Amino acid sequence: MEVQNAIKMENITKRFGKVVANNAINMELHEGEILSLLGENGSGKTTLMNMLSGIYYPDEGQIYVHGKPVTIASPKDAFDNHIGMIHQHFKLVDVFTAAENIVLGLEGEGKFDIKDVNKKVAEICEKYGFDIKPDQKIYDMSVSQKQTVEIVKVLYRGADILILDEPTAVLTPQETTKLFAIMRNMQKDGKSLIIITHKLHEVLEVSDRVAILRKGEYIGDVATKDANQQSLTDMMVGRSVSLNIDRPEPVNVKPRLVIENLTAYDELGVKRLDDVTFTVNAGEVLGIAGVAGSGQKELLESIAGLYPVASGKITYLEPDVDYTATNEDGTPVNTPKELVGLDPMSIRKNGIAMSFVPEDRLGMGLVGTMGMTGNMMLRSWRSGKGLFVNRKDPEALANRIWKELEVVAPSTEFPVRRMSGGNVQKVLVGREIAQSPSVLMTAYAVRGLDINTSYTIYNLLTEQKMKGVAVVYVGEDLDVLLELCDRLVVLCGGQVSGVVDARNITKEEVGLLMTQHRKEGAE
Amino acid sequence: MAQLLQLLDSAIAFGTVIMLGALGEILIEKSGNLNLGIPGVMFLGAIGGLIPPFFYELNGGSNPIVGILLSLLCALLFAAFGGLIYSFLTITLRANQNVTGLTLTIFGAGFAEFFGASLNKLAGGVGQISIPVTSAGFRAYTALGAKGGLMKLIFGHGFLVYLSLVIAIVMHWFLNRTRKGLNLRAVGENPGTADAAGINVTRYKYLGTIIGSAIAGLGGLFYTVDYIKGTWANDGTVEGLGWLAVALVIFATWKPLNAIWGSYLFGIVMWSYMYVPGLTRSTSELYKMLPYVMTLLVLILVSLRKKRENQPPASLGLSYFREER
Repeated sequence: MEVQNAIKMENITKRFGKVVANNAINMELHEGEILSLLGENGSGKTTLMNMLSGIYYPDEGQIYVHGKPVTIASPKDAFDNHIGMIHQHFKLVDVFTAAENIVLGLEGEGKFDIKDVNKKVAEICEKYGFDIKPDQKIYDMSVSQKQTVEIVKVLYRGADILILDEPTAVLTPQETTKLFAIMRNMQKDGKSLIIITHKLHEVLEVSDRVAILRKGEYIGDVATKDANQQSLTDMMVGRSVSLNIDRPEPVNVKPRLVIENLTAYDELGVKRLDDVTFTVNAGEVLGIAGVAGSGQKELLESIAGLYPVASGKITYLEPDVDYTATNEDGTPVNTPKELVGLDPMSIRKNGIAMSFVPEDRLGMGLVGTMGMTGNMMLRSWRSGKGLFVNRKDPEALANRIWKELEVVAPSTEFPVRRMSGGNVQKVLVGREIAQSPSVLMTAYAVRGLDINTSYTIYNLLTEQKMKGVAVVYVGEDLDVLLELCDRLVVLCGGQVSGVVDARNITKEEVGLLMTQHRKEGAE
Repeated sequence: MAQLLQLLDSAIAFGTVIMLGALGEILIEKSGNLNLGIPGVMFLGAIGGLIPPFFYELNGGSNPIVGILLSLLCALLFAAFGGLIYSFLTITLRANQNVTGLTLTIFGAGFAEFFGASLNKLAGGVGQISIPVTSAGFRAYTALGAKGGLMKLIFGHGFLVYLSLVIAIVMHWFLNRTRKGLNLRAVGENPGTADAAGINVTRYKYLGTIIGSAIAGLGGLFYTVDYIKGTWANDGTVEGLGWLAVALVIFATWKPLNAIWGSYLFGIVMWSYMYVPGLTRSTSELYKMLPYVMTLLVLILVSLRKKRENQPPASLGLSYFREER
C-alpha cells in the first residue's frame, strides 16, 4: 500500500542573516501518523515548523499539503490548509473564556452566538476527551488546561494536521500521559500529528516515526519500533568536532560554592530545581549542560540571589580562609557563608564578589540605551562619596574594555543596544571580569556570537580560571562544553543527572545524561 | 422635591458631557490605547460644533435641522481628526502614548480657544457669539417633557442626552456580544495573541481610537451647544470636564453601562454644593473634589479585590510591534 503524505517539505532552506537555520530539508509527514521531530536546541526544529504554521516564510523550497503545492505566507494560510500549530508560549487572552479564545479572529457567518460556540467546543472536548469548560476564564486555568484550549482552538478551526511544539515541557508526568492519550485519539480520528521534543522516552512512547535534525540539517528518520534511546542520541548529537580550545590543567583547585539539595519552584508552582547538589571549585571551569529549560537559568539565578529557593543550601567558602581550624572547644573558627535568602545587594555587602553574565544581556545585564560608561557605572555607583557619582573610574574602565576587547563602537558613549550581539557580550563580560570576582557565572555566553568573538570569550574565561576564580559556564554546544570545561554538571528536568569529568567523557554519554531523568519512572 | 428634581436635572446635563467623553475613552482604551488627549478631543468637538452653525446663522440660516446636522458633522470630524493624529503618532510611529495624549490635550485646547476667541470677535457686539436657532434645536424636547416635574426630568432633555444612553448600550452590546467587539478587546488585552489569530491589530487600534475620539467629541459638542446654550468662553472648563471623563473610565471599570450611572452620580456629587446650606466659596470647592475622591476610592477597592474583569486592558498604554520580542 502506498503511503499518502499529509505534508511534504522539499529542499526547505531558511536563513537568518548569515545563520542557516534550516538547510535544504526534505521531510514528510504521512497521513494519520504521529511523527516526532527530535533535535538539540538550536537544531532548527521550531524554525522548520514555523514555516508550516505561517510564522516564517522559507527562503527556498516547496511545501506540499496532501500532495498539492501550497504557499504558506501567514497563519491564516496555514489554517486554510488545515494546519494548526500549538506553540510553546500560549497565545491566549487571560480575561476571556476558553470559548472566546477559541473563536477569536474567526470571521463568523451570521450572528455571533457564544452559546452556540460553547456547544461546539463542548462537543470537541467530548470527542477527544479534553477536560475544559468552555465558559471558564483562562486566568483560572492550569498550564495543562491552557494548552488544551490551544489544541481545541486549532481543532475548532478544522485543522487535520497538528504541530505541537514541546508540549510536554510545561506538563507534569500525569498530564503528559493524558496528552498522549488525546494525541492517540486524534490519530484514530484521522489527524496527522507532529510533536517537537527532545525527550527520548516520550519519542519512543508516543510516536510512530522519528525525524532527527542536527544543526539545521535533516539527519534522517527511523520508525520508532526500530529505534532505542542510544541510537536516537547518536543521531541527535552526532560525531564530536574538535575545536582546539586552549584548556590548561587547573591548579590549586578548592571548593568555592557548595550547593546542597537545592529545590525551587516557579510562580506557577512547577518544580524547576529538584534536589540539586554539586560543588563549584575555584580554579576550574564548571560546565552546566542540559537541554534548554532544564533548570539552568533558575540555578544561576538562585545562586545570584535572584530566584526564590524553596529548600536547600548554597554555601560560600571564601578564598584564603581556613575552615578546618577549630577553637579550643572544637567549634570551627570560621564558618562558611550561607547564600540562600540573600539578595544580590546583601551578597555584595557580605564581601562576596560574584559576577553574573545573564542570558538576557540587554534585559538583565545592561541598559540598552546607555553607553559603555553608563553601563560600567551600574556596578560602581555606590562607590563614590557624597551626592555625586564617580564618573572617572567607570569611564577609564569603559575605555580599557573598548580597547582591550576590541569592542566595535564609535565611542564609549554609543548606546549598547545598537551594538552587535558580540560587542554587547564583550562589554558585559568585560565589566563583570573587571569586578575581580571570586565566582563568575555565565549563561550562554557565546550565543549568537561569531567564531572569533566566541574564542575571545573562551580565553577570557580560561584566564579567570587560572587566576583562581570559580567559573560556571552554562552552554548549549556540547563540543564547546567538552573542550572548555574541566567538569560538567548535567541537568535534566531540574535534576542533576550526572557530574562528570569533561576530559574523560564522550559527547554521546553526555547526550544520554541530558535526556535521562535520574528517577526515571519514579514520579 | 423641586430641589431634588433640579439637582437631578443638572446632574443629567453635567453627566452627559462626561459620559460621552468617558464612553469614547472606553472604546479607545479597549483597543489598548491610553488616550490622555480626551480633553483635547472634547475641545475639538466643542469648537467644531460651534463654527458651522455660527456662520450658517450669521448668513441668515434659520433651519435648526441644517444647523444641527452641520454642527454634528463638523464636531465628529474635528474630534475624529484629533483621534487620527493620536493614532498615527502612537500606532504607526509608536510614539509614547502618554506624551502624545497630553500633547493632544494642549493642542485641542489651544486650537479651540484660538478659534473660539476669533468667533467671539467676529460676533462683534459684546464679544459673545450665540447660535440661538441651532442651540434651541439641540435643546428641544417633546411635549412629554413640557409637562414638568418628573416628566421633565425624564423626557425634558435635548436629543444628545438620549443619544449618549443609546451609545452606551450599543457599545456594551458591541464589546460583549459581537465578534468584532471580541476582537477589539483581544487587541487591547494581548495584541500578540490577536495578531496570531489573524486580527488586523493596526486597523482595530485605528478604528477604535478614531471612533472613540468622535464619540468623546460629542461630549464637547453637548457642552457648548446644550450645556452652555451655544456660546463660547475661553475659560478652559472643557479641559476639567475631560479629565473627569478620564476618571470616570476608571470609576466605571471600563464598562459602558457603568459609565451611565457613574456619570450621573458624578453630576449629583458635583452639583450637590448648590443644595448644601451654609457653604462658602472655598468649602464648595471641596464638594467639587468629590468625584475625584470617589474615583480614587474605586481604584483602591478594585485593586484590593483583584477581580480580573475590573482591571484595565492588559496592554493598555503599550505600543505593539510584531517583530519585537
